Amino acid sequence: MDINLTLIMQAVGFAAFIWFTAKFVWPPMMNAIETRRKEIADGLAAGEQGRQSLASSEKRVTEMLNEAKSKASEIVAQGEKFKSETMDRAKAEAKAEADRIVAAAKAEIQQEVARAKESLRKSVADLAVAGASKILKREVDAKAHADLLAEMQKQL
Amino acid sequence: MAAAHELTPTSYIQHHLTFLTHRVDGKGGFWTVNVDTIVTSVILGVLCFGFLWWITRKATSKVPSKTQAFVELAIGFVDNEVRSAYQGASKLIAPMALTTFVLVLFMNAMDFLPVDIMSWIYANVFHQETWRSVPTADVNTTFALALSVFGLSIFYAVKAKGFGGWIHELFCAPFGANPLLWPANLVFNLVEYVSKPLSHSLRLFGNMYAGEIIFMLLGMWAATGLAGVVAGAVLHLGWSIFHILIVVLQAYIFMMLTIVYLAMAQEHH
Repeated sequence: MDINLTLIMQAVGFAAFIWFTAKFVWPPMMNAIETRRKEIADGLAAGEQGRQSLASSEKRVTEMLNEAKSKASEIVAQGEKFKSETMDRAKAEAKAEADRIVAAAKAEIQQEVARAKESLRKSVADLAVAGASKILKREVDAKAHADLLAEMQKQL
Repeated sequence: MAAAHELTPTSYIQHHLTFLTHRVDGKGGFWTVNVDTIVTSVILGVLCFGFLWWITRKATSKVPSKTQAFVELAIGFVDNEVRSAYQGASKLIAPMALTTFVLVLFMNAMDFLPVDIMSWIYANVFHQETWRSVPTADVNTTFALALSVFGLSIFYAVKAKGFGGWIHELFCAPFGANPLLWPANLVFNLVEYVSKPLSHSLRLFGNMYAGEIIFMLLGMWAATGLAGVVAGAVLHLGWSIFHILIVVLQAYIFMMLTIVYLAMAQEHH
């Protein structure tokens, strides 16, 4: 095992292989590895982001659903209220109408009564005149006794 | 074995431990090249990094192919180790750790190839009488790696602290800035600087060399007859399985020490 020129040649060869590796093998390979690492990291981050956005949109959907539910129940309540109000108003109107009709009917009845009384009075006056003429056996001059008749009519 | 000389245990092992050498200036000594080490490690390096490059060119940041996922696994593993030991800004340490790990792992893994079958293949297919297939069992390789790391660590130390700061630390750390302590500090630092590349390289070399030797020793069982062949095969299997651990573990340790030394070089005391 002599030390000889082989040593120097091996050192040169070694240096050449190191240079080759450092120039042509290591950088592109490391580059590929780093790029892939970055891509994987980005992918994982995107996945995480997607999961988060899914969670947040699920939350938003729930919120919207709750809002819609409360709005719907509000609308139902409003409708309920409107219905009862309308019914109350209709009832009140109907009652007023009924009162009015009843009042009109009563007034008519009174008028009728008055008219009947009037005609009755007249009939009674005529009857009285006729009775008186019969009693007097002669015809009472309506004209001559008009004042008397009118007064008698009033008294009835 | 086509060796011309007589086959004894010594000649068998020596034959397996002989490098295919080329003498650049014809004399030997330092100007010798272990052709088998160089060729094997270059082929392995070209295959490994060619494969990595091929996968990298098709790399996508979308869904990866299974091969890409495998490469990414290795790169992610190295990247984690580097990040846990080194927080500095250098863009070189992580790819360097990957290179070290892959290269050392595959050079170590050459040990899995059965020594005698490979020896036969080298002799009869490639017509090479001597050929050592494990580059990390050559101390030149491990020293080359460790000294590269060592040189780089000094470069990083100077870069991080400035030349003055680095010299200052040589004399004033770890015991203190008192001039009386300067020699002690310097000696301490020199010991550290020498021991780091030595232990770094010799740990790997020792493990792989010992692994090779043990394979050969087990191979020698075959010389004692049929029972020896069976026993040798069983032991060979056991050692191979255990060696899988050693191969990966040593590659891992070598990479971790590379990272740690380079990280330590940039720390201020």
